[in-house]
Amino acid sequence: MSTATRETVAGRVGDSAVRPDAALKVRGEFAYSSDLFADDMLWGATLRSPHPHARIRSIDVTAALTLPGVYAALTHADVPGENRYGLDHRDQPVLAEDVVRYQGEPVAVVAADHPETARRALDRIAVDYQVLDPVVDAELAMAEGAPVLHPECPGGNVLRHVRIRRGDPEATAEVVVTGEYRVGMQDQAFLGPESGLAVPAEDGGVDLHVATQWLHVDQSQVAHALGLPPEKVRLTLAGVGGAFGAREDLSMQVHACLLALRTRRPVKMVYGREESFFGHVHRHPALLRYEHGADRHGRLVSVRAEIVLDGGAYASSTPAVVANAATLGIGPYQVPNVRMDCWGVYTNNPPCGAMRGFGAVQACFAYESQMDKLAERLGMDPVELRIRNAMREGSTMPTGQVVDSAAPVAELLRRVRDKPLPPPADPTDPRDLPGGVANTTRGDGVVRGVGYGVGIKNVAFSEGFDDYSTARVRLEVLGGEPVVSVHTAAVEVGQGLVTVQQQIARTELGIARVTVLPADTGVGSAGSSSASRQSYVTGGAVKAACERVRDTLCALAATRLGREVGLVDGKLVTADGAVAASIADVLGDEVIERTVEWRHRPTFPLDPLTGQGNAHTQYAFAAHRAVVDVDVELGLVKVVELACAQDVGRAINPQAVLGQIHGGSAQGLGLAVMEEIQVVDGTVRNPSFTDYLIPTIVDMPPMVVDVLELADPHAPYGLRGVGEPPTISSTPAIVAAIRAATGRALTRVPVRPDDIALAGSASRPVPSRPEVPCD
Amino acid sequence: MSNHVAVTVRVNGVDREIEVDPRATLTETLRDRLGLTGTKKGCDRGECGACTVLVNGRRVLSCMTLAVTAHGAEVTTVEGLSSGGELHPVQRAFLENDAFQCGFCTPGQVMSAVACIAEGHATSDDEIREWMSGNICRCAAYPQIVASVAKAAAELGGAAR
Amino acid sequence: MNTAVSTMEFLRPATLAEALETKAAHPEAVPLAGGTDLMVELNFDRRRPPALLDLTRITELAEWSEVDGHIRIGATVPYARIITELGSRLPGLAMAARTVGSPQIRNRGTLGGNLGSASPAGDGHPPLLAGHATVELASVRGSRRVPVDAFFLGPKRSVVEPDELVVAVRVPPATGPQQFAKVGPRNAMVIAVCAFALALHPENGTVGTGIGSAGPTPLRARDAEEFLAAELDWAGGRPLPEGVAERFGELVAAAARPIDDVRGTAAYRGHALAVLARRTLTWAWRDHTGRGSCG
Repeated sequence: MSTATRETVAGRVGDSAVRPDAALKVRGEFAYSSDLFADDMLWGATLRSPHPHARIRSIDVTAALTLPGVYAALTHADVPGENRYGLDHRDQPVLAEDVVRYQGEPVAVVAADHPETARRALDRIAVDYQVLDPVVDAELAMAEGAPVLHPECPGGNVLRHVRIRRGDPEATAEVVVTGEYRVGMQDQAFLGPESGLAVPAEDGGVDLHVATQWLHVDQSQVAHALGLPPEKVRLTLAGVGGAFGAREDLSMQVHACLLALRTRRPVKMVYGREESFFGHVHRHPALLRYEHGADRHGRLVSVRAEIVLDGGAYASSTPAVVANAATLGIGPYQVPNVRMDCWGVYTNNPPCGAMRGFGAVQACFAYESQMDKLAERLGMDPVELRIRNAMREGSTMPTGQVVDSAAPVAELLRRVRDKPLPPPADPTDPRDLPGGVANTTRGDGVVRGVGYGVGIKNVAFSEGFDDYSTARVRLEVLGGEPVVSVHTAAVEVGQGLVTVQQQIARTELGIARVTVLPADTGVGSAGSSSASRQSYVTGGAVKAACERVRDTLCALAATRLGREVGLVDGKLVTADGAVAASIADVLGDEVIERTVEWRHRPTFPLDPLTGQGNAHTQYAFAAHRAVVDVDVELGLVKVVELACAQDVGRAINPQAVLGQIHGGSAQGLGLAVMEEIQVVDGTVRNPSFTDYLIPTIVDMPPMVVDVLELADPHAPYGLRGVGEPPTISSTPAIVAAIRAATGRALTRVPVRPDDIALAGSASRPVPSRPEVPCD
Repeated sequence: MSNHVAVTVRVNGVDREIEVDPRATLTETLRDRLGLTGTKKGCDRGECGACTVLVNGRRVLSCMTLAVTAHGAEVTTVEGLSSGGELHPVQRAFLENDAFQCGFCTPGQVMSAVACIAEGHATSDDEIREWMSGNICRCAAYPQIVASVAKAAAELGGAAR
Repeated sequence: MNTAVSTMEFLRPATLAEALETKAAHPEAVPLAGGTDLMVELNFDRRRPPALLDLTRITELAEWSEVDGHIRIGATVPYARIITELGSRLPGLAMAARTVGSPQIRNRGTLGGNLGSASPAGDGHPPLLAGHATVELASVRGSRRVPVDAFFLGPKRSVVEPDELVVAVRVPPATGPQQFAKVGPRNAMVIAVCAFALALHPENGTVGTGIGSAGPTPLRARDAEEFLAAELDWAGGRPLPEGVAERFGELVAAAARPIDDVRGTAAYRGHALAVLARRTLTWAWRDHTGRGSCG
């Protein structure tokens, strides 16, 4: 990264620049959406259905309104626009009408002068439910005769079916392994709960300050439900306490705006942790059946797979998750013959949608488990088998798409395999052992295992979606110094996008002082902070806007100076390298501002019968090696070390890249061994951090990370999306390591102690008599 | 709401006299009454650590503490750590090591780290992990948190104890 | 003392005597020490007690001392102090205290609160059972001592009368090895799926056990205790006879009355208790006989 020949500014592309919001965050001064306050504001609260499936006979809010301090109690009848929203299909009511389809579905909202009063008011709303049998099994929901949950859906309860047919779907092979796998419902469990502040405006519109992932998609859905033109619904990003996919759908946005418009007062809504579990979508639970065929030498001949994703009560982003699971469902391998069917299904379980890894996570657990099973059958080393079948640049996906940039799958695997193994645990220090200071072993029953996983993920939006970002870059001279401001609607969720925008502007314009303005809907859409896409797409937009500013500046300078100049390191320089003028000299009081809408290469829909099509714009890969110590008698696991290798094309901010790899790997660890929303008969049993367990600092192992930078010629700076791949491959690597230690089949994640410890239990029995524990 | 109780509490070095609902938690009181929103509410049940503050020098969970019980106590929040604009060594270590992403857990992590070092529980990475295990970071900036606590401990002399 | 009339009175006695009078006058008042259980119920509106009785100002409850050869731990001594101050004399209790919640919780949580809540999952209970502890209760009517194995009546129910307070726990200092082990699906900050405590009492050749999170109350495994006491060569210190540790484990598991819940299955709990009992016995006997250095 030594492009510097003269005085270059620090914090450019390739530097580990410090986040511009870092000082505010360590001081506790960064304003998260839950920290907002307005004079005279009211507090909103939401009444939610206790039933996963019920008909609503009547709703009576009269008693709530008589409570002193209550200013509004609203139901579906008070929704002025269309009472529907949704990312893909508008199938979800803002407030339930005649039926509730999942436990926790919003039925009514209230505003009061104190949060406690608002909660009391909810208790006074009378809802007469006729409880219906919930549809809770995704496979049964697909069957003939199952109760149809959305009569307008043409496929019955099947929301989407993606078929992929490549080569000979009936191809036979010398060696065949089959397997059935299950993935439990994972929660994003961001730490900062859903929250925001809606302020009524004098023009009859509303200003909403909210933590989200995509301001403009919120804006359009909120405006639609409020019956207002989009320009009357203005959104400003408030501090986001983590997202991971869970803020891509609406939560309290419309509710707060409804209450604010009704009461003509600012309304704040903040979910508690328990409510948060009901307030956002989760990762789709999946049932995956695979058949892998190979020749004697371990070359894959065919993969046949059926994947059923439980979408829960509403569509959310299920259609896109289905496409990802299908198109990425055989993994980063070259397979001539593929038959893949993937379904997304409506049930009365909690709605599922976006979570880091988005469809690729579920499939990767299954196909990597299959690769290990195949290696065992063939008597081959599991890494060798993977390398033998690894795709590379120029390989063809099952969709027929040719991978036209780096795909160093074999190299990633070799790198994690060749890392030195960590030393054995010290049996005298319980902190080194499964169970930790809970003192369950001194080495008794502890067996070490090593496992591998490699995964593939698409970057950015796919299947022909018009995926773009808008950036407005402004250059002016303040106090004699050139200053750049970058304005986008792109959402910083902690991934470091504000830093990336700053780094790009510094790099393109050579100017140190770069301010990233608050994200809002005053500028065009930036698309979602999801699908590992923002450095690519908003980064691309900021780069393009800076280039336009630079061109304009140079043209202006040429006119003023009477000769051609270029912009180098923030100075206007002639062809022979001499500094001709400073920016301040040329610009004076003028302001250059350019706004650019930037798109990645177009993608195309999948053929509905064969699943063929160039659906994705970029692929990203990561591999993990997991080393675990398992107490095979108690079924407790300590992940000793995770090694990860990932190609990021170009590390815009190496420190932030490392953070993404750590974070993604840890969430994959959570799915492997502890994280699951337990749903029984449509009812969530563990909506708390007491019983929905997230990895702690003790559970997070030391990581050895190799970052490859193989530039993608189609992407800005050659970069490749970073955030999701590490989440995908860490889960199968950890489970493979546990299998290696225990010999258990372990076909379901998360792996629970029972699965390891209890003889004869291939998968965890569902408690027949679930009870909420007393603690 | 209901009849309030008078409470005197010294917050970040300043004596505050407030009337609080006996049901109000210290978290709510700091945030909603005193405008100290650095202390975060993450789980309402003592399982995430985002609301960690120091009460009489010891780290406690403010969501599990009734404000009335802080009567006469000295409370330090993240806003009270830096003096005269200078970051506290723990804050500086977190900033320099990029020990956060979304930052929502950071005030709690920082307060917990300050106490962890003062308790003498930062003499090794294993010890730091054990004694920082009450603070969840969903972004999992854990490796950088360990490094930051170790660095600040070295600077503050806590590692030598 | 504040006695404001409110939806929830907050009662702040300064002395134990005052606290007992207050409790007698307000039997519905819920005692508050560390608040680590009670606050969850308040925050989630599961409970709206008409009054809280704040015990944190009563210094006599916040100390431990030696009385009649026992360690008497005041009801509001936090776990953090039990770990640092009582580790050598009550090692089983200190080991359990180290696994309670998080460092922040251990700065606040108390044995008195654990007993007051009477949760079957309280980490403090198994070592108190194994250590033959006595709970000291007091009211304006006087005080009484209840052996901890007679203290629990059911899930979150105990012998504490409405006008009584838990004021202390008396535990004999360890005379032999003590162990505590707890199973949770995460390596820190976790509520027990099941827990087991063992105390060997060589002075009288008896064995103490305590089971947590595997029954409606914390439990003793009496058959296991008797079996083991008879099998151990207390004086000679011979190694554990073949099969004794396994049989002990089976008897401990048989004493449990676990259920299936979100944290684990009954089958797993029984299995894990047998493993914990076997392992802790092996370690404890090794310590007792001086064979092996694990401690």
